[in-house]
Amino acid sequence: MEPRRPTCDDGLAMSDTRPVRRAYRDTETSVVGGVAAGLALHLGVSVTWVRVFFVATALLSGLGVVLYAGLWFFLPAAPTLETGTPGAESATRGGRRPGRIRRLGDAGPAIALGALGFGGVLIVEQSLGIGTLFWPLLIAVVGIALLWRQADEAQRERWLDAGERLNPVRMVFGRGGWAAYARVAAGALLVVIAFGLFSLRGGSIDNAGQLTTAFLLGVVGIAVILGPWAFRLLTDLAAERAERVRTQERADVAAHLHDSVLQTLALIQKNAADPAAVTRLARSQERDLRTWLYADATDPDVSLAAALRQAAAEVEDAHGVTVDVVVVGDAPLGTLQALVAATREAVTNAAKHAGGGRIDVYAEVGVAAIDVFIRDRGPGFVLDDVPEDRHGLRDSILARMERHGGGAEIRTAPGEGTEVRLHQPREEDR
Amino acid sequence: MSVRVVVVDDHAMFRSGVRAELAQQPGIEVVAEAEDVDSAVRAVTTTRPDVVLLDVHLPGGGGVEVMRRAAGPRYLALSVSDAAEDVIGTIRGGARGYVTKTITGPELAAAIKRVADGDAVFSPRLAGFVLDAFSGVIDVAAVDEDLDRLTEREREVMRLIARGYAYKEVAKELFISIKTVETHMSNVLRKLQLSSRHELTRWASDRRLL
Repeated sequence: MEPRRPTCDDGLAMSDTRPVRRAYRDTETSVVGGVAAGLALHLGVSVTWVRVFFVATALLSGLGVVLYAGLWFFLPAAPTLETGTPGAESATRGGRRPGRIRRLGDAGPAIALGALGFGGVLIVEQSLGIGTLFWPLLIAVVGIALLWRQADEAQRERWLDAGERLNPVRMVFGRGGWAAYARVAAGALLVVIAFGLFSLRGGSIDNAGQLTTAFLLGVVGIAVILGPWAFRLLTDLAAERAERVRTQERADVAAHLHDSVLQTLALIQKNAADPAAVTRLARSQERDLRTWLYADATDPDVSLAAALRQAAAEVEDAHGVTVDVVVVGDAPLGTLQALVAATREAVTNAAKHAGGGRIDVYAEVGVAAIDVFIRDRGPGFVLDDVPEDRHGLRDSILARMERHGGGAEIRTAPGEGTEVRLHQPREEDR
Repeated sequence: MSVRVVVVDDHAMFRSGVRAELAQQPGIEVVAEAEDVDSAVRAVTTTRPDVVLLDVHLPGGGGVEVMRRAAGPRYLALSVSDAAEDVIGTIRGGARGYVTKTITGPELAAAIKRVADGDAVFSPRLAGFVLDAFSGVIDVAAVDEDLDRLTEREREVMRLIARGYAYKEVAKELFISIKTVETHMSNVLRKLQLSSRHELTRWASDRRLL
């Protein structure tokens, strides 16, 4: 975690006047742990030279390996978020932009790890000769390197997906996948094997058993001492993360609003000569903003009220009319899709034949039944004059409602507009 | 004699738009404009208008604050917000009606005249909110026996308004006079303003508005 920066009396962070350059591990272009790439960026030299330096010093009694491991441990991974504009970042989070470029597969790093292990062989051979510690040490180094790599991988994935709550399993495995599991399993296995080899080196099983007990006791002791501290750290982290998610959600909302307004303004400029189109665009944008700002985010797949509003909105967009929807009460959508479809048909009819103007949709969800009224101010008509082949009225509305145990009636007269009433008794099954 | 109107809104563009629209309507005269709570209170106390067109979201405490500090004229709330808490809150603050900013010029003029005559102005949306507030969503009688409930007739009137019926059409539908329709609406308005705060708070929290 980053230490809190000292602040001046006026509350401004000192770093505002004297920025601190920090070295990070570059986990985006890493081969093993990103130490070389990060250092190269920090020192302003070519990454090749840094790598050559590490390999060379590794050959000199293993200094390079220790140095690399130390830097890997202590340098923080470069933060990869909060680097773009709010709109771009929001779009990235919402999956509306291409994400990060896929890194090399796991083959490259594996080869690098192998080379590093080979370097380790040379070091130990030089310093100790092919002695008792050689194989356990080599295997442990490779195992630990694998585990650290997985830790990096999981950390980056935590940055990239903002929505999730802190989850211990995900903290270890990230988003999962065979590579993550394989890395953790292989790393742990190697460390265990190394320990086994080390404790068996005396050749005595008793000795090995005692050593194992001592080791386990040590692990448990450390866990007890550090447990509360680690737990608190985790809790803090979770709170901080939740706050960040909220901030990002707010940013997403703002970005969505601004983006959609920009689109509409562009379309309005293009359609300036067409008042009907401008009205439709403005109306549609207004509805959008209104929903974002003031409406509960109800899902049209589960709520009747939301489904009716959505159906009305679609007719508004398609036919350039104004549809006012008022819903009293609400019900789970469930089996009411037929009612929504009949409403949509009735509104579409009104939009087509009523010659513009406002269409009022009023739905009342009662205990025993649901009523929907669709009213327009059009010329109206004589009901008996409607030809038999008018599908909209007869099939989509009347027949559909009757199939689902409901009914529909139409009140109209020349000069009085038209009102369609849909009636749907509620099923008593719940 | 024409109805004297003060327009209160923090968007200058919207104020001038309303002024231009109302200038074409006979019998209505815009006597002042204001852009926040303080200037609105000043404008109302100096010009003594008949009707104040009041934006709900206003710098300095909102439209409700203006109604609290400058009681006297009749208020007609005007807003882009359709949020139930705004609508109900404004009516409870004393407004005689609520219309959204997309209303047309002639409709706005008619609403102003109706408010000037002491009547209530219910848009379909407001009628829907009222029905919601007084419907089975909350059991009014269980909380407060004395609380006025809507009569069946008042409920019918509200329903027809929500269905998009004009006053005249409501009267024709129910075989009553327009005057009776207006009386019913005034009664609903009064009940809304008097019903216990506790009641509406629960209604609002049920709908996750608070």
